[in-house]
Amino acid sequence: MERASIYGLVAEFESPTALVRAANRAREAGYRKMDAYSPIPIEELHHALGLKDTKLPWIVLGGGLTGAVAGYGLQFWASTIAYPLNIGGRPLHSWPSFIVPAFETTILFSAAAAVLGMILLNGLPMPYHPIFNARRFAMASRDRFFLCIEAKDPKFDQTTTRRFLESLEPREVTDVEH
Amino acid sequence: MHDATYSPPASLDALRQRSLVVGVIGLLAAAAGAFVSPGQFFHSYLLAYLFWLAAALGGLALTMLQHLSGGGWGVVLRRIFEAAARTLPWMALFFVPLVFGLRDLYPWTDTAMVAQDHILKEKALYLNVPFFLVRAAIYFVVWIGLAFALTRWSAEQDRTGDPALAVRMRNTSAIGLVLYFITMTFAAIDWAMSLEPHWFSTMYGFLFIIGHAIMGLAIAVIMARRLSAEAPMSGVYNAGHFHDFGKLLFAFTMVWAYLSFSQFLIIWSANLPEEIPWYLHRLNHGWERIGIGLVIFHFAVPFVVLLSRRSKRNAALLAGMAVWLIAARFLDLFFMIGPEAYPDGLGFHWLDLAAAIGLGGVWVALFTSNLKGRPLLPLGDAGLESALHGQHH
Repeated sequence: MERASIYGLVAEFESPTALVRAANRAREAGYRKMDAYSPIPIEELHHALGLKDTKLPWIVLGGGLTGAVAGYGLQFWASTIAYPLNIGGRPLHSWPSFIVPAFETTILFSAAAAVLGMILLNGLPMPYHPIFNARRFAMASRDRFFLCIEAKDPKFDQTTTRRFLESLEPREVTDVEH
Repeated sequence: MHDATYSPPASLDALRQRSLVVGVIGLLAAAAGAFVSPGQFFHSYLLAYLFWLAAALGGLALTMLQHLSGGGWGVVLRRIFEAAARTLPWMALFFVPLVFGLRDLYPWTDTAMVAQDHILKEKALYLNVPFFLVRAAIYFVVWIGLAFALTRWSAEQDRTGDPALAVRMRNTSAIGLVLYFITMTFAAIDWAMSLEPHWFSTMYGFLFIIGHAIMGLAIAVIMARRLSAEAPMSGVYNAGHFHDFGKLLFAFTMVWAYLSFSQFLIIWSANLPEEIPWYLHRLNHGWERIGIGLVIFHFAVPFVVLLSRRSKRNAALLAGMAVWLIAARFLDLFFMIGPEAYPDGLGFHWLDLAAAIGLGGVWVALFTSNLKGRPLLPLGDAGLESALHGQHH
């Protein structure tokens, strides 16, 4: 298949319900390379778009475990090996007092892994994206809901896909230039 | 489109009768034990009582919490919480046997011993039998009053759908939660902490309160799972609801671990002679095994299981985790008050089990009977429709 002349077709909807319904219909019709744009998070879209579970939780888990080991290890090393000081007659390896900082580093590393992982998995930073060429796309951050079927989808055909999107009763369907 | 009345299924009757039989047998066994070893009976009964009181007060606290927080999870569970809260008058009745066991349970009732002990002599202003009973009466008046008012208005809301009732329930819950925290803090001091009258911890009441939240929610999750097996509730609870219940259960378990560890850390750090005996007793003589068991069963396992999104959305697994947490709650209470019953080291008497099963059977029967008396969803609640069908309408 030669490179399509456009990036895809985008349909504009006026409610989140209409968007979820449209995405479900598109998935059932066999479309896979599509994305939805909405000013608010919509939990159901994940299933409607046929998205796979993200790898992010595993990245966060890895970050958290690293933080726990690093935080505890740092304290253990500092108090028993590097600077062994007698504090109040307590053992050098006083584990109860290590728990709280180790917990804090667990949270810190998890949160950092979540933010960085999210940015990287989303493909950010991304200086250019064709969807912004769509007329009225700025409304996606206000009160409109968009479903874009991309030209790289094997089922994509400029005429039939446009007809399909129009059958979903959108406000309008527009081409998205590269 | 739905059976709009959500009237309880007949199978609840069978559950009620079975629990009642188990409960009566357990209580008869416990009563027989009371003649053989009265001292042990009162300790076992106190453990069982605090364990099941948590189920009733957990219901009340979560009823109030969901009135304040809003959200679909609370609307779909509210009737279960209310049914648990409405067992409170019975819990006041079940408190009565303890009144006869004060001398067996609480060292501060021994006036001759108190006269010799400077600290207890000063504390006698608070720790004396008449004031103890007056306080217990106040706690029950507050709790039963709140349970009665909130469930009565909720039933009225079913009939009228009057939005003013929702406002009234929300306002009452705001004051009610504050009252519950204060009364429960004092109740925990009176009924459990004063078993060791020299010792004190300001965090102690919160440990009971978070225990109530876990117990109340765990019972609601199990009941929700059971109800969803048949009409009219089949299909009412979806994976999203169980996901929410799982998140809350996870959060409550974390708070429990946070509070339990904080209390330990603070006392361990200060290392003061009047505070550490409580832990010295619990970290020796076999009790340390229960302590380590708590870290594993009450924290590590629920934490790992409930961390995953998939297990929270799996109703069967979540209900299993709820049963697990109820068992862990028993273990935690046993760790908190057991060492005073077994001063010579870790022990377990058959009466501990008999009393817990006996009182539990009766409690479940009362709870089920309350649940049976009302529609299983708050029909007049403005949030019901969106709680059942998601947000986008």
